[in-house]
Amino acid sequence: MKRVYVNEDWCLGCHLCEYYCSFANSGKSDMVKAFNGDKKTTPRIVIEEGDDINFAVQCRHCEEPLCAKGCIAGALTVTNGIVTIDSSRCVGCYTCVLSCPYGCIVTDHEKVVKKCDLCASKSGEPACVKGCPNAAIVFEERG
Amino acid sequence: MLKKEGQIRIPSGCAISGFINRSGERISGDKIVKSISYMHDRSNGLGGGFAGYGIYPEYKDLYAFHVFYEDSAAREETERFLEEHFDIVNLSRIPTRKHKNIINEPLIWRYFLEPLPTKLAASQLEEKEFVAQSVININIKISGAYVFSSGKNMGVFKAVGFPEDVGEFYRLEDYAGYAWTAHGRYPTNTPGWWGGAHPFALLDYTIVHNGEISSYDANRRFVEMYGYKCTLLTDTEVITYIIDFLNRKHSLNFEDIAKIIAAPFWSKIDTLPAQEKEKLTLFRNMFSSLLITGPFSIILGFDGGIMALNDRLKLRSMVAAEKGDMVYIASEECAIRAICPEVDKIWSPKGGEPIIVTLNNGGGKRGN
Amino acid sequence: MAINYFYPDYEVIRNEKKCIKCKACVRQCANEVHAYDEELDCLVSDDASCVDCQRCVSLCPTRALKIVETDNTFKKNANWPQAMITDAYRQAGTGGVLLSSMGNPQPYPVYWDKMLINASQVTNPSIDPLREPMETQTFLGKKPRTIKFDSEGNIVSETYPNLKLSIPIMFSAMSYGSISKNAHESLARAATELGIYYNTGEGGLHQDFYQYGANTIVQVASGRFGVHKKYLEAGAAIEIKMGQGAKPGIGGHLPGTKVGEDVSRTRMIPRGTDAISPAPHHDIYSIEDLRQLIFSLKEATDYKKPVIVKIAAVHNVAAIASGIARSGADIIAIDGYRGGTGAAPTRIRDNVGIPIELALASVDQRLRDEGIRNDVSVVVGGSVRNAGDIVKAIALGADAVYIGTAALLALGCHLCRSCHGAKCNWGIATQRPDLVKRLNPEIGYKRLVNLLHAWDHEVKEMMGGMGINSIESLRGNRLMLRGIGLTEKELDILGISHAGE
Repeated sequence: MKRVYVNEDWCLGCHLCEYYCSFANSGKSDMVKAFNGDKKTTPRIVIEEGDDINFAVQCRHCEEPLCAKGCIAGALTVTNGIVTIDSSRCVGCYTCVLSCPYGCIVTDHEKVVKKCDLCASKSGEPACVKGCPNAAIVFEERG
Repeated sequence: MLKKEGQIRIPSGCAISGFINRSGERISGDKIVKSISYMHDRSNGLGGGFAGYGIYPEYKDLYAFHVFYEDSAAREETERFLEEHFDIVNLSRIPTRKHKNIINEPLIWRYFLEPLPTKLAASQLEEKEFVAQSVININIKISGAYVFSSGKNMGVFKAVGFPEDVGEFYRLEDYAGYAWTAHGRYPTNTPGWWGGAHPFALLDYTIVHNGEISSYDANRRFVEMYGYKCTLLTDTEVITYIIDFLNRKHSLNFEDIAKIIAAPFWSKIDTLPAQEKEKLTLFRNMFSSLLITGPFSIILGFDGGIMALNDRLKLRSMVAAEKGDMVYIASEECAIRAICPEVDKIWSPKGGEPIIVTLNNGGGKRGN
Repeated sequence: MAINYFYPDYEVIRNEKKCIKCKACVRQCANEVHAYDEELDCLVSDDASCVDCQRCVSLCPTRALKIVETDNTFKKNANWPQAMITDAYRQAGTGGVLLSSMGNPQPYPVYWDKMLINASQVTNPSIDPLREPMETQTFLGKKPRTIKFDSEGNIVSETYPNLKLSIPIMFSAMSYGSISKNAHESLARAATELGIYYNTGEGGLHQDFYQYGANTIVQVASGRFGVHKKYLEAGAAIEIKMGQGAKPGIGGHLPGTKVGEDVSRTRMIPRGTDAISPAPHHDIYSIEDLRQLIFSLKEATDYKKPVIVKIAAVHNVAAIASGIARSGADIIAIDGYRGGTGAAPTRIRDNVGIPIELALASVDQRLRDEGIRNDVSVVVGGSVRNAGDIVKAIALGADAVYIGTAALLALGCHLCRSCHGAKCNWGIATQRPDLVKRLNPEIGYKRLVNLLHAWDHEVKEMMGGMGINSIESLRGNRLMLRGIGLTEKELDILGISHAGE
């Protein structure tokens, strides 16, 4: 299965992936509207910054995800290898937020949690991959 | 005023025809006149010409110069030059007949010459180089004089007009040769200068050519490094110099020359056996500026044979036929059928593949 | 300084409505132009630091940024343009020589733009490169004068090492030091994939790049940095750099700040020391000395590699080229006055040397007049900007072209001409690790390959239009060019007729 991978050699720490992610998940047609409105969408990808090294972190889509295991409402499931959240079932208990070892489940202005779905509902590459200016984030099959 | 050949580059379309008898049997010139006349529409009356091989058996060891003079002053100056450098064994006007379509003829003279041994020795040149340089000297330095044929036992006859009229004008029926080539010219822009008609000749080499080569200036600027001077700015002139350069100066045979001027594509060369690949790669590298691109079909006449060659994409028509000892080449089949209705074999040679025909008894200088 | 004698050249224009405060501009600008003001909750900029490299503009996700030339004007003066006045203020302030980078930007005539290319109509057919073979492969190096075969048809004449180029374009010399390791890797990989060559410049060859040796030209310059036997043997050809178009007559200077661990090892000089290339080679004070160096290098490499001699296009370039051709060089590279540089004194860059078009035309004709054009190949650079320039260069007589600036453009360079500042925001002309990583060679080499493929297609289209299907029939084919708006003298030097003739 194709996943998102990050090569820290090329990650510049520009944070643009976060913005492209938020925009992609905002449901807005215009990037300016996505950020300058009242309700901001939290990015599902986060840049970890160090002195000489940066890299982006988002859901690893674990084969046996702790988040799904801990979900009390059965809202998190693995569908076609993608760890998916069913917003209609999420009760906002945040157990998944606590149990994810990568810190990849996030919250925003809504009660339900948000997470990366590899932009499964959209065509082509995930928004973070498309938007990365240095090809540090790639979407590919690895063994 | 319209500029003439040499002052401006004049492209032209054309008709060509030629034949050779392998056993050396001599054929009357009216045959070639008839052949080219069937392609009348490929000429526009601004140039026609012929080359005959084996036509001067009585003077076969002497250089036959055919010269156009604009006036007698040019003739006197040229003859002074010739006397200084050659033993003039014979000289005369070339016999012509009045023809209603051939006008403004210059003075047309013929000389049978032998280089003066003292002059030749003093020049420290090979005999042919001495003769070639003499021709180039006259053509560049003597105003109003133009040597248009300079080989042994062969001659060029050309004029402004349709080729069939030119043939009658020069009384070609009075000559017989083992090989003939002919040219009908369709220039797009010329005042009609006799020297600009084809064939173009240097020593024994003559070229009739149909096409307009796009590599012209690359070819010209390369050969001019080696003592040639392209005074006419025509394709035919530069092709003749290329042939002379490769055959006479580099001793390459005509098969190899064809592989240089109509070189196989790299994609083809890469598939050849190692030795051939190495050779053709070196050819294309060291003689890269002699590759001729753009459309051409040529018939090269040389001592003892002819070579016909198309550009490597075959952008000009050319057919070949055989009948017994005869081999025919022409722009169109009709020109062959006109003089040989029943051929044994007729085919259309592929681009870049030469047809080389030499006399059975040898003859013709062969490289390596 | 209490008085700002001049206003910044460029102004950063930010569309507040479009700015989403992502701060990409802040993070991307090595010149620290942009900053986030927490008090005002908005982005602010310091125009005075902006070099107009366009990095922020290119990365701004909402196109909220643009950089414009300031409209602040000194009193108009045709004799004293604003830039010239500003230069005087700068020098009055510092007492220093002004430095510039990349090629001469002054409005001298660009002869490429005053030549037009021919095409076939009626009398001979154009050729469609999509349907017919169209060849751009070429060889660089000395050609044999005679060819002889033995009785079995084997070639017995002496032949000389040649470079084989799949397309007549090479990447010109840019040293590791002046440009980054990632830029070098991009060039090396692109050259390898394209079947052409890149050039180390005078900075030696990084140990990681010996693997690309078959597509590398190793340079020997006056400072001899990084030159050793293995280096000479690693390359496909050796280039002796006698001069550079951007700064004829002077040497080079890589400041010690750029000489980090890797550069130091590659150049074989102590870390942190300035790398100063002398103006002349101190073992070449005349043409006969050049011959000795050429043959020393040939001797050192067993006569297996062609030797290139690179010179700047200066006034008597034709005579110099003739001398070089007779000194055993296999290839002459001529660099025009618009050629790029990582750093050069501004006055030299802007005033010394001659246009490559004229230099090329004179050199090619001179070598032909002397009958030695086939003894040597001619490569020109400085500056060749597109496929049209290439066709014109080859028609004037070049065997191939060198591209430097155009290659850097493919890597993202926006010609801000601030290379000497060593803070290249595009990761090209810098050694700062955080900036160098901005140039991902995986992207870089593909963009170079794309650019050259595109140009090759365009060259082929133009050749086909002329009815030429092999690059060698274009070389020196000046009949395919016409001048436009040129004087008799210019036409005479270029060896072409005027349009309409």
